Amino acid sequence: MTDPKTPLITMRDVSKYFGDFQALKAVNLDVALGERVVVCGPSGSGKSTLIRCINRLEAHESGEIVVDGTILTDNKESLDKIRGNVGMVFQQFNLFPHLTVLENLTLGPRRVLGLSDVEADERGMKYLERVQIPDQAGKFPRQLSGGQQQRVAIARSLCMEPRILLFDEPTSALDPEMIAEVLDVMTELASSGMTMIVVTHEMGFARRVADTMVFMDKGEIVEVGPPEDVFTAPKSQRFATFLQQILNH
Amino acid sequence: MKRFMIFTSLILLAGCSGNWGWYVVDPTNPKGLINLKFMFSGMYYTILLSVTAICISVVVGLLVALPGLSDKKGWRAFNRIYVEIVRAVPILVLILWVYYGLPTLSGITLNVFWAGVLALALSDSAFQAEIFRAGIQSISKGQYEAAQSVSLNYRDTMRYVILPQAIRRILPALGNQLVYMLKMSSLVSIIGMQELTRKANELSVSEYRPLEIYTVLVLEYLALILIVSAGVRWFERRLKASEA
Repeated sequence: MTDPKTPLITMRDVSKYFGDFQALKAVNLDVALGERVVVCGPSGSGKSTLIRCINRLEAHESGEIVVDGTILTDNKESLDKIRGNVGMVFQQFNLFPHLTVLENLTLGPRRVLGLSDVEADERGMKYLERVQIPDQAGKFPRQLSGGQQQRVAIARSLCMEPRILLFDEPTSALDPEMIAEVLDVMTELASSGMTMIVVTHEMGFARRVADTMVFMDKGEIVEVGPPEDVFTAPKSQRFATFLQQILNH
Repeated sequence: MKRFMIFTSLILLAGCSGNWGWYVVDPTNPKGLINLKFMFSGMYYTILLSVTAICISVVVGLLVALPGLSDKKGWRAFNRIYVEIVRAVPILVLILWVYYGLPTLSGITLNVFWAGVLALALSDSAFQAEIFRAGIQSISKGQYEAAQSVSLNYRDTMRYVILPQAIRRILPALGNQLVYMLKMSSLVSIIGMQELTRKANELSVSEYRPLEIYTVLVLEYLALILIVSAGVRWFERRLKASEA
């Protein structure tokens, strides 16, 4: 659970604009080592922007983000350090289509971490086994199902051995029958103590796995708390309405 | 191919019946054979000139394209100015300028071959730059983000992630440029390059049979370009197969 003394990620009054549109409105969030945070909210609520700011895929305009003691700025050294610590899994997988599964996994370790080909391959296979598709190592991404591709994407992030993993709607682009296999891998990761921030509408997963639920609407964090509290007794009308829509869906 | 053969035979037949003089390029006639060999001997320089020029123009084109994709205004301006100026100069004018003008300006005298290569490569590089820019821009933002998320730097992102995909997409356009270059290399004959067109010109002046000689010249280019096109298509198929 959150230890207020040692947050791994701290966001203080973080604001982000896209032109005139304010995507994040002075957001505050602390994430402790090993904490599993699930972020939900209607589309356009800023939840993806929130996590994309943490590894600077989006640059925030004001406020402060500190990741593992490093303040997030455009400074190349601090950015490299933070990106080295933060892995990201995307909604559309974003695998490199011209590389095999194993090459997708080993590119970062070889080029960034300086591993030899043999070491990188060993590491790649280790994480492919962890996501239970070592037999697909030689295939190209498009030969795989959506669920398998997303598991490869998770393994690719793990190969960089990050301290924090961000998931941006990892199951939203998947056919229903493939969602479970990805969520299983994520649940296994969560139980291993990985610090995770997951943007998802999978409420079952949130209930099972999350330490903290965050509900966002219109660029603000409206509700934060342990899932058992916020699900049973939402404090805000907006979250109550959102839950109703999602659960009746 | 069948139609092409019929078309060619029709021309030859027509030649036998009228005032044509196919004897000047008739391989069964000793003189015709010598003439044909003379004409074909230009093939070497046509190919060497075009291939050298396209290799240089691809490299220069990429180096000009990358600043065009930069966030910085100054870099983008460099790209625009280069492309607009180079694209505006007709190739023939550029050939003349490089061969006759450049030595006066720079003190460097280029031989006919290198002057031709430089002019063709310069001219084509502006088009290559636009092709590369379009190809690179067609790669989705998600690929850059995925590369960033595994901490790849700009150079590695381009080298291992973006360019390999972009080049696959622009390969048909690059093939077209090679065909274009083979055709444009004929203009270098104006400064005396001994390639296909120059050889035909010289033969035509001594034999007074322009129709027959230039018809053979047309067929020479046609054959060359059909072979190159087939080669590009084969290479594309191979790339696709390696991904399937």
